[in-house]
Amino acid sequence: MTTEILTHPSRIKVPYTWSAGETLSRFFKALRDEQKILGIRCPRCQKVYAPPKKTCGTCFVECSEWLEVGPSGTLLSFTQASYVSPAHRSSKPFFGLIRLDGADTAFFHLLGETNLQSLKIGIKVSPVFAEKRTGSILDILYFRAAN
Amino acid sequence: MEPVAIIGVGQTVFGSNRKDQTYADLVYEATTAALADAELTIDHIDNIVTASNDFFDGRTISSMAVGDACGAAFGNGKSISTVEGDGSFAALYGFSRILSGSYETTLVIAHSKSSEGDLRLLTNAFFDPLTERSLGLDWVSAAALQARVFLKEKNISNIQCGNVVVKNRASGAKNPKAHVRKPLTIDEALRSPLLSAPLKETDVCPSSDGAAALILAKESFARKKSPHPIWIRGMGLCADAPFGERNLAESKALRLAAQKAYQMAGIDQPTKQIDVVELSEQFSYQELLWMEELNYQNSSRVNLSGGCLSAHAWIVSGLARMIEASLQLRGQASNQAANVKRALAHGQYGLCGQSHSVWVLEN
Repeated sequence: MTTEILTHPSRIKVPYTWSAGETLSRFFKALRDEQKILGIRCPRCQKVYAPPKKTCGTCFVECSEWLEVGPSGTLLSFTQASYVSPAHRSSKPFFGLIRLDGADTAFFHLLGETNLQSLKIGIKVSPVFAEKRTGSILDILYFRAAN
Repeated sequence: MEPVAIIGVGQTVFGSNRKDQTYADLVYEATTAALADAELTIDHIDNIVTASNDFFDGRTISSMAVGDACGAAFGNGKSISTVEGDGSFAALYGFSRILSGSYETTLVIAHSKSSEGDLRLLTNAFFDPLTERSLGLDWVSAAALQARVFLKEKNISNIQCGNVVVKNRASGAKNPKAHVRKPLTIDEALRSPLLSAPLKETDVCPSSDGAAALILAKESFARKKSPHPIWIRGMGLCADAPFGERNLAESKALRLAAQKAYQMAGIDQPTKQIDVVELSEQFSYQELLWMEELNYQNSSRVNLSGGCLSAHAWIVSGLARMIEASLQLRGQASNQAANVKRALAHGQYGLCGQSHSVWVLEN
């Protein structure tokens, strides 16, 4: 006799309130209040991290020298997710990996006002800021081709 | 260093939805298979290392939920520990325990059932909650970013990626444990719809439900009790910098892990000296990238089991590679190569292969 297999649908819903800490708070405040993107330089290897980090992963020393980077940058890679995901903010979003001018690291963001045909590795992109900013990574709505 | 042997292996059948079994039941299935394979009972096992991911299991301390199913016999003083990461990393923990001299035998067990959660949300949770997660990326869209950089920088075509899919799916069709057992033509691979450009649907491995178990033993135990010991001759584990801080067209972590393993095993010409390779390729392009970093050129000797493109349970896949490599060395693989004396198994974990383990095994 085959046993009827039952399932138990459920969900885990746990609210979190993550502290951004001193370093990322300064980064997010600059986005919110000045529409500026800040990076931080490692005093030993001189690498500029954007977004900033408290410690350099390569040298294991504290980063201390703040500087403004971008706001424009170079597109290192891109994709369009053609599938549906509850994590997406819009249908079929474009994602980019961007190295801001003056930074040595790359970071993820959304790409907007675009299509797959016009995107190329190496093009210049610049940020479009949200009108209402709250001090989060989404204070940048997306990056778009510069000019 | 006293050699350590793999003396027992067990895998469940991998499938898209193993609703018939809970994840603890899958652990039991793999554990009993490994014990039977080793011709041992649970009384011979003096400690256990499990690999799991609490997010995938939908609860915390998920390793404790499988303790009964892998013979931990809570309350009698047996040691059980957990690794959050690929099963091959748990194998390193088990390997170290044998080398410590405190243990004779270690059971290493890994499980996951991705059918029970939402893989898009679970892998979105890999990303930093402050600077990345709200953008909506997951394991596939992140890999698409890596794929585009790698394909361009190394001038690799869609056809080369398609050939990997065709090759592994043909091998997977022969593997009774595989999840996807349907061969594919190159035309079908190339016509497959874009999932996240440049990745097509067929470039992406399945996410399977399943478990795998490995029994490790010290040399004296293995020589006395095992009908088919497989010897660990080399091992390397290395973690790379985060996504935005490394060159995505290469994998320094894998290169360094391989160097360590090759050095231990006395290998200087991998393609010539290694007979078969089992790789953890979550995407077709990754097989090409991993082969390059392993300095291994003979693709016809790679992933004879079908690889991850035919069966891929998160957390389990690296351990499954070690098992398939061991079976090749025992002459018992589903797609057996001739005269296998030395095999390489590879495991990886994290976005786009942030961490890698490399194992050199001999019979």
